[in-house]
Amino acid sequence: MNLLILRLILQRVALAGLSLLVVSALVFAITAVLPGDAAQAQLGQEATPETLAALRQQLGLDVPAAVRYWRWLSGLLTGHAGDSAVTHMPVAAMFASRLPNSLLLAAITAAVAVPLALVLGVAAAMWRGSVFDRIVSAGAVAVVSVPEFLVATLAVLIFAVELHWLPALSSGVNFDSPAKMLRSFAMPVLTLCCVMVAQMLRMTRAAVIDQLKAPYIEMVLLKGATPMRTVLAHALPNAVGPIANAVAMTLSYLLGGVIIVETIFNYPGVASLMVDAVAQRDMPLVQTGAMMFCAAYLLLVTLADVCSIVANPRLRYR
Amino acid sequence: MNDSALPTATATAAAPSATAPRRAARGAVRRAFHRVNRVGLASLAVLLFWLLAALLGPSLMSNGGSSLGDDAVFAPVSAAHWFGTDYLGRDVLARVVQGTRLTIGVALAATLLASGCGTLLALLAAASGRWIDAVLSRAVDTLTSVPGKMFALIMVAAFGSSLPTLILTAGIIYLPGAYRIARSLAVNIDAMDYVTVARARGEGRLYIMLHEILPNIVGPMLADLGLRFVYVVLLLASLSFLGLGVQPPAADWGSLVRENIGALPVGGAAIIMPALSIASLTIAVNLLIDNLPWRSGHEAH
Repeated sequence: MNLLILRLILQRVALAGLSLLVVSALVFAITAVLPGDAAQAQLGQEATPETLAALRQQLGLDVPAAVRYWRWLSGLLTGHAGDSAVTHMPVAAMFASRLPNSLLLAAITAAVAVPLALVLGVAAAMWRGSVFDRIVSAGAVAVVSVPEFLVATLAVLIFAVELHWLPALSSGVNFDSPAKMLRSFAMPVLTLCCVMVAQMLRMTRAAVIDQLKAPYIEMVLLKGATPMRTVLAHALPNAVGPIANAVAMTLSYLLGGVIIVETIFNYPGVASLMVDAVAQRDMPLVQTGAMMFCAAYLLLVTLADVCSIVANPRLRYR
Repeated sequence: MNDSALPTATATAAAPSATAPRRAARGAVRRAFHRVNRVGLASLAVLLFWLLAALLGPSLMSNGGSSLGDDAVFAPVSAAHWFGTDYLGRDVLARVVQGTRLTIGVALAATLLASGCGTLLALLAAASGRWIDAVLSRAVDTLTSVPGKMFALIMVAAFGSSLPTLILTAGIIYLPGAYRIARSLAVNIDAMDYVTVARARGEGRLYIMLHEILPNIVGPMLADLGLRFVYVVLLLASLSFLGLGVQPPAADWGSLVRENIGALPVGGAAIIMPALSIASLTIAVNLLIDNLPWRSGHEAH
């Protein structure tokens, strides 16, 4: 049995690796092949054929696209992602200096959002149809259907402008004291949490309610179990698979949300570096950043898949 | 593209009732209108308001938006300026109304591209079967392994942020979702007896696609189009907010939020009002679809 699970998991991991390879080809095609001749674009219309040829050679454009792709990919895999076209610093070093900030932001957000969403989701499912459920569900729908920057703006208006609890803009990461650390993380984490909790609690609620419709729940109720016992002892264990799936899916959504939040709060993370690179059309930086995000995304999606395989015996025989 | 997981679930759930909505839609429009509840009517009103603003707004508001007002910068909401003033002292309401056409127009074009191409490819896949279906589905799956916002960033980095690029980008990002829903609907229809009869009659693939399958999936696909429109609006607003979408001097609602970001620490209306406009549009579309009479039986989305 365990061997079967292991084989299925390895299958998913291999599939994710293959997807990542295809994605890398897609990213390379869009950024380096389709836009046309980078040397021509850089020199403009008046370039002589000689200077064009010289720049092409300097940029390594004088070889076929397939060879360039292979060089780029092997460079990426060995940690030599090239230099930024704007600052001429190594891309790897630029990302390395920002990555801890983003990971920390993501970790704190996940640590706050996941338990909160699970508790709210299960509670909403337990008292479904009640005032509590309606408020929580309506709030979640509202948060999901508005842009992240509206959530961020409202958070600033409430907590910084009206209540004066927190500074409006994060002024970088500050570890001098717990209080300062809290202040520098509060707004970004709050915004990201709002968005993630909304998504996750909707999925959690749906997963638990789905279980509550099953025939065995009717049996449990006929035995005279209380609603709380029905949900916590019977429905919840069977909903663990879909819930774990929901958590991983929402965490992958964090990758998109973090782009907006890092920008609006001036947070020095990977996503804001990526946005700046796109604005300056700094291709080596964009390519590397895109591959990092895609790899993280595929990792989380695969994790979600693996969670549902491990939790649901029926999926093992598909 | 990770966003597209949510509508898939709802729309697939709506699939079995595909014939009922069509009968209701063909019946008296008035009867259907009466069955739309109050929430639905309210969202319809909001939607019509913005559509009207998109059609007529620029001609009505032409004087207020572009002229530099002599009013205070980031003024709060007042009788003279319903949405306050922006970072140059211009009337924000006028700016918002002027941005409506761009916001709704670009999003609608991208949504139609995504839903139209997605549906056509799905019909092709369902009517052709085996390997065309397999190739198309694989290709679409690959697209979904790049997060939507990341794909948009890559496209803008490579091709700049002209309107055609933006429409094409958003179209590609939301095509897989439309394709999957349309395909799952079309495959069910394809298994029906009347399609088999049409095949036996010797009808061509195109006839089967357009005359036998398409009319039966058009209802659910229209509902899906609305949800897809919401996602496209949010994506384009995010891009403009990052400064990578609509470029100045043109401004959609996302750009208005960006250019007035300076109002954030002081809590000016200039930043909150354009953002609320986006929210009112997306929430209205969402609620309208949820409260359409033939979808009332399903879990609110």
